[in-house]
Amino acid sequence: MSATIKQSNSTPLKNVDVDGVTVDIIENALRNAREEMDAVLFRTAMSPGIREQGDCFPMIANKDGKMVVGQFGSFIVPFLEVYEAEIEEGDIILTNDPYLCNAAVSHLPDWLVLVPVFKEGRHIAWTAMFGHMSDNGGMVPGSIPIGATTIYQEGIRIPPTKLYKKGELQEDVLELILHNVRTPQWNRFDLNALVAACKTASRRCVEISERFGEDVFHSTMQIMLDRNHMAMKHIIEMFIPEEPREFTDYICDDGMGMGPYKIKCTMWREGSVVIFDFDGTDPQAQSSINFYMNEDMFKMFFGSFTINIVDPQILFNDGFYDLVDVRIPQGTILKPNYPAALSGRTHALGRIFDVMGALLGMGAPDQMLNAAGFSDSPHLFYSGYDDQGEWFQLFQIGFGGIPGRPVGDGPDGHSLWPGFTNVPNEFIESYFPLRIEKYEAIIDSGGAGLHRGGNGLSVAYRFLNDGNISIHDERWLTYPWGVNGGDTGLRSTKKLVRGDGSEEWLPAKCEDIKVKKGDLLYFNTWGGGGWGDPFARDPELVRVDVERGLVSAEGAKRYGVILDDQLNVDSEATEKLRADLVAARGVDIPVFNFGGSIEEIKAVALEETHMPPPVTPQFNH
Amino acid sequence: MSYRLGVDVGGTFTDLLLINEESGDTFTAKVPSTPEDSSIGVLNGIARICEESGVDPTEVERVMHGTTVATNAVLTGKGASVALLTTKGYKHVLQVARSFCPGGLGGWVSYIKKPLLAPLELTIEADERMGADGETVTSLDEAALQAELEALKAKGGIDALTICFVNSYLNNAHEVAAQKVAQKVFADIPVSISSDIIPEMQEYERTETTVVNAYVQPEVSLYVNNLQDAVQKNLGEGTQLSILRSDGGLASARAAAESPVNLLMSGPAGGVAGAVYFCDRAGYKDILTFDMGGTSTDVALIQDSRARVRRETLVGDVRVRAPSVDVRTVGAGGGSIAFVPELTKALRVGPESAGAVPGPACYKKGGELPTVCDANVVLGYLPSDVQLGGKMEIDRDASIAAVQTVADAMGIGLMEAAEGIIKIVNESMFGALRLVSVEQGYDPRNFSLVGFGGAGPLHANALGILTDAWPVIVPPGPGVLCAYGDATTQVQDEATRTYIKLASDVSDFDLLSDLGELRKKASESLLKDGIQEDDCDVSYQVDMRYAGQAFQITIDFVERELKDKGVSLITDAFDKEHEQLFTFKLGDGHEILMIRALVKAKSAQIENKSLANTGLSLEDCVIEQSKFYYAGGWYDINIYDRAKLHDELVVQGPAIVIEMDSTTVVLPQHNASVDSLGNLIINPNNK
Repeated sequence: MSATIKQSNSTPLKNVDVDGVTVDIIENALRNAREEMDAVLFRTAMSPGIREQGDCFPMIANKDGKMVVGQFGSFIVPFLEVYEAEIEEGDIILTNDPYLCNAAVSHLPDWLVLVPVFKEGRHIAWTAMFGHMSDNGGMVPGSIPIGATTIYQEGIRIPPTKLYKKGELQEDVLELILHNVRTPQWNRFDLNALVAACKTASRRCVEISERFGEDVFHSTMQIMLDRNHMAMKHIIEMFIPEEPREFTDYICDDGMGMGPYKIKCTMWREGSVVIFDFDGTDPQAQSSINFYMNEDMFKMFFGSFTINIVDPQILFNDGFYDLVDVRIPQGTILKPNYPAALSGRTHALGRIFDVMGALLGMGAPDQMLNAAGFSDSPHLFYSGYDDQGEWFQLFQIGFGGIPGRPVGDGPDGHSLWPGFTNVPNEFIESYFPLRIEKYEAIIDSGGAGLHRGGNGLSVAYRFLNDGNISIHDERWLTYPWGVNGGDTGLRSTKKLVRGDGSEEWLPAKCEDIKVKKGDLLYFNTWGGGGWGDPFARDPELVRVDVERGLVSAEGAKRYGVILDDQLNVDSEATEKLRADLVAARGVDIPVFNFGGSIEEIKAVALEETHMPPPVTPQFNH
Repeated sequence: MSYRLGVDVGGTFTDLLLINEESGDTFTAKVPSTPEDSSIGVLNGIARICEESGVDPTEVERVMHGTTVATNAVLTGKGASVALLTTKGYKHVLQVARSFCPGGLGGWVSYIKKPLLAPLELTIEADERMGADGETVTSLDEAALQAELEALKAKGGIDALTICFVNSYLNNAHEVAAQKVAQKVFADIPVSISSDIIPEMQEYERTETTVVNAYVQPEVSLYVNNLQDAVQKNLGEGTQLSILRSDGGLASARAAAESPVNLLMSGPAGGVAGAVYFCDRAGYKDILTFDMGGTSTDVALIQDSRARVRRETLVGDVRVRAPSVDVRTVGAGGGSIAFVPELTKALRVGPESAGAVPGPACYKKGGELPTVCDANVVLGYLPSDVQLGGKMEIDRDASIAAVQTVADAMGIGLMEAAEGIIKIVNESMFGALRLVSVEQGYDPRNFSLVGFGGAGPLHANALGILTDAWPVIVPPGPGVLCAYGDATTQVQDEATRTYIKLASDVSDFDLLSDLGELRKKASESLLKDGIQEDDCDVSYQVDMRYAGQAFQITIDFVERELKDKGVSLITDAFDKEHEQLFTFKLGDGHEILMIRALVKAKSAQIENKSLANTGLSLEDCVIEQSKFYYAGGWYDINIYDRAKLHDELVVQGPAIVIEMDSTTVVLPQHNASVDSLGNLIINPNNK
C-alpha cells in the first residue's frame, strides 16, 4: 500500500524543453525560497535551540518527492510508500517517528512537517522542514534519555498525522501532543514556525509556476536533478577508486558501561556507482546511542562534501541517488531493530562524518583529507524550578575545535554543523538561573600539526538554583585523530565542583545528576586533530599562538619549538630539538594517528581520563 | 544667497552637488578620487564646482558628506591597533565569536577565519563580575587591573583600548571604574567602554561593535578633522561639515569622529537618501531602490518616504550592532563576471567581479573575461558609438569575443548568451528586491522602483517587469545621487537602552519618563553642536517581541501618541505588524526589548526647481539612430539626449536615453516621460 494524492485537477504535468537560462533563474528562485524558510523559522520560533542555534532543516521536493533544494535529502518517497492514506490540498502532515518515515528524522525530538503544494487543484511539489523541539516528554527533561532501552521511553511518538486537514488545524491532535511535553509553549510556537516556513515555501513554488508555467517549473526541477546526476557521475568516476578502501572509527561508549562501538565502512566503485558498505559495524547498542541512518541521508552527506569541488553555486539535490549504493546491515548500530532507543543518535551521526571524510580524503591526503573533529555535538540539559517556582529547562549545544585542514588551522570553538551558532551567554544568564563564569578556548587542546587543530572550549556553568543536569558527549576515550603526521586533539572532559569545594569527574554521558545552587560545572569539549607535520610548522606561527595563549610554551615543544624566557623563538634550540624529534619519529609517517590502539587507550583510561574504561560490548544474537 | 554642498567620495570619482537653498538651482561636478587622501579630491572638487558655477566659496554654508573611509578601513584591515579588556573568563569572546562557520554542510572544510580586530595578544581580563540582575557579583579589583594594564602598555604600539564587561548593558559601574583606571595608565590614547557605544545585550556583538568603533576611529577622525580644517580654510570659518551616518541621518564632524561605527554604511545611505529626495518631491512615497554599481547592487525599501532602519550593520565579514538603513547587498554589478562550470553547464554570473582593473573586456584595460557590462554592450544597451562627457571608449568587438566564450561553453548563440547573462544578473537583483519586500510582507506592486548608480538605469526597466513595481523611476543624475542624498538630509542622533520588560508590567508614566531620559541623552551631541532643542524633532522607538522570540519589530511613535493611547499604542502596532509578516498574532506576552529616542534637527526646506521647458521637439532630442537586441530580436531605436528632454515629451520604447554619467534603456511596449523635477518615469504602454 501507499499514499494517494487526491487532486481536483489531474491533468498530468508535461515534460517540456526549458532553456538553460530559465533553469538557472528558477534554480535561483528556489534557492531564495529555501533561505526564506530559514528566515521565517528563526523569526517566529521561540525555543533557544531553534531560534539561536538553528537546529532545523528545510527542503523543497518535486511532486515525486525528490529533493530539489535542501540539506539532508528527501525521505518523501519511502514515506509515501508506508503512509496509507489519502493526501489532499490543505493537508499538513506531522511526524517524529524514525521507524515510520524511514529515518527521515532520526530521533523523536525532531518534529517534521510535510506540506503538499497544489496549484489550481494540481499537486506540483512538496515542502518540508524539521526542527529540534526542546522537549518531547519521556523519561528526562530534553527527551534524550541515555538510559532508555526502547523508544517507548523517549517520549511521545507521533506517527504521520494530519495536523491540518484541508486547511483546518486539528486542534485536538495538537493539544494531545503538547500535553505530553514539558515545554508546550515553546513547542507550540516552534511547530507554528515550521508550518509557517513550509507554507511560505509552498507559496513561492506556486508563484514560480505562475510566472513560468507549471510544466516549465516541473521540467526544470527534473533538469536540476539531471544536472546533479551528471556532475556527481563525473565526480564519482574521478575520485572514487575501484579498489576498496576501508576505515573504522568508534563511539566511545553507550552511557551504560559498554564500549567502544565500532563503525566500519568500505568504499569502492563499480562503473559509475559508488558503494558504501557498513558490513563489520557493531550490532545495535543497549542504550539510546543508536543512529537509525537513512541511506538517502548518507548519500546527501557524500554528495554535498564532494560537489563543492566542481560548482559551488549548484543547488544540491537528490538527482544522483542511483549512483550511490549504501549498504547498512540490519540490526547494527546504524540500522537497529524496532523498538530500539534512538534519542542519543547525535554521537554516531557526527562520527559518520569523520568516517566519510577519512574514506574520501585518504586517496589524496594532501588535498582532501581533514583531521578528525566532526565527532559530536555535545549537549547539556539543566532543569528545575526557579525562585519563583517556575519550571526552567535549558538545552545547550556545545562546540569543539575544528580539525586541521588542507586550507589551514582549524578555528577554535566553532561549529561543524551547518548554520549552528552558540547562544549568547548574556541571553542565557538573563533567562535561566545560572552564570557562565568562563567561556574560553582550552590551551593546547588542538592537535599539533603543520596546520593546528582548533582548540576545544571550556565553559564553566555556575548553577544558581538546585536542579538536574544531563550531559551527552563523545571523544572522551578515543581521540580526535590527526592526519599526515598531525597529533591527536585533546579529549573532552566534564568536572563538577561542588559548593564545598569537592570535585568529581563526570562521565561523558550521564543524566539525572542533582546539582545544588552554587555548584560549578566545567564542560570541556574536544580539540580538533592536527593536520600535517608539526615540525614543519613555521616557528613564528607557533610563537604567535603562544603569545595569544592558544598554545603554551610547553605545548610549543610538540611542534619542536623552544621559546626563550621572553617567549621568542630560540632558533638554535628549536633546530636541534626538531632534528632529534624527526630522527626519533623515523621517515614513515602514517596517514592516520589514532593515539594508540583501542586496547592501549583503554589500558590507561582511568589514569588519563579519570573514568574507568567501558566494557567491550557483548551482543546477544 | 546660501548654498549647501553634497560630496560623495567613490572608489573612482568624487561627485559634488551644489544647491542654492533659496532658488533650488543645482550644479554638479565630477573629479577623480584621491584614495591616498580623499580630502584632496574633495578640495579639488570644491575648487572646480565653485569655479564652474561662479559661486563664491564663502557662500557655501554647509558641506554634507558621505564617506567610505570607515568601511574601507574595515575591508582592507587597515585600522588601529586595538587592545581589549574583558571580564575574567571571556578573553576569547572575539576568537570564538558565535561559533558559526558559513557555507552549509561541510562549509567548515574551507572556512578561513579573518584576523581579529583586537588581537588576543592585546587582550587582557579584569577580575570583576556583574550579574544578570545588574547586581555586583565580584567587585572590580582595581589594583590588579592597573598592574595588568601597565604590563599591556609595556608591549607598546597600542592605538586604542576598549573595555567590554559581561552584563555591562545592565550596570556599567565596573566599565566606568575600569575606564578611569585605564585612562590613568593610557593617558594618550582613547579608552572606550561598550556601555557607551552600544548598551545592548549579547556580549560578542557588543564587544565587536565597540572594537570596530575603536578600530576605525583614528583613520576617520584624522580624515574628518583634516577635511573640517580644509573646508573652513577654503570656505570660511562658519562653514559646517556634516557626515552622513549609516541610518541616513547626518552627524556633525565631531560626533562622527566620536562614533565612527555609525558611518560604516554612509555610502549606500546617501544613495537611498537621494532617491527619497527626488521621489518624495515627485509624489512617490513608497519606493524600492536599487543602486547598481560595478561590483554589487544595494537595494532598500522605503515606506512613506522613510527608509527602514535595522539595528545591525554588515561590512564584509564584520557584523556590528549599529543602526543602518536596511540596505541589502548582492554581489551582482556591471563588472560581475559570467562563467560556465564545465560539469553542470550552468550559466553563473558573479560574485567575482572584474572591478575597475582589469575591468570589463569592452574597456580594453586588460580585462578579457565576459562581464555584465560586456553583455550590455553586445546587446546594444550600452552604445559603443555614442560618447557623452568624455567617457571611456567602448570596444564592442572585445565584448563580443568575451561573451562568445560563454556562448561556446553553453553551446548557444552569442546574443542568446548575452541575454542570458543579463537575465541572470537581473534575477539576482530581483532576489534582493524580494528580500526587502515580499519577504517582509510587502507587495512590490504597491511600490515604485527607483534605479540609479552607474549601471542601474540600464536594468531598471527590466526589473520593473520582474517586480511589477511601476512606475520605474530614474532620478536626475543617477550617478551622483549619493551627493544629492548627502546634501538633503538632517543632523540627528539617538540614544538606546536595553529594557527587557513585559509591556504589561510597564506603566505609561514610567515609559514616558524613561524615554524622556533618553531624549536628553540623544540631544546632547546636537546641543554641543549648537542645535537647540526647539529646533529638533523628537521621535521614539521600542523594539518588541513576544516573550521568547528571537525576532523583534521596531515600533515608531512620538510622545503625543504615547500620551494619548498609552502602552497599548505600541502593543497594538506590534500585533498588526507581526500579523502582516507572519500571518498570526498572539495579543499578549509583549516584551519590550529596547527603547530608543531619536532627535533630528529640523532642516531648512530647499526650493523645488522645476525643469525648464526648452520647447524642443522629440526629434530635436535624438542624438542618433541605433539598434538593440531584446527578447530574441533586434529593434531599431533612437538614442535621446536626456539633457534636452522636458515634461511635455514622451519617449516611446524601444529607445535609449543617455546622459553624462549613465544610460537608461526603455524596452519595447514601454514609454518614458519626464516629470517637472527631471525624473524619467517609465511605464508599460498598457498602464
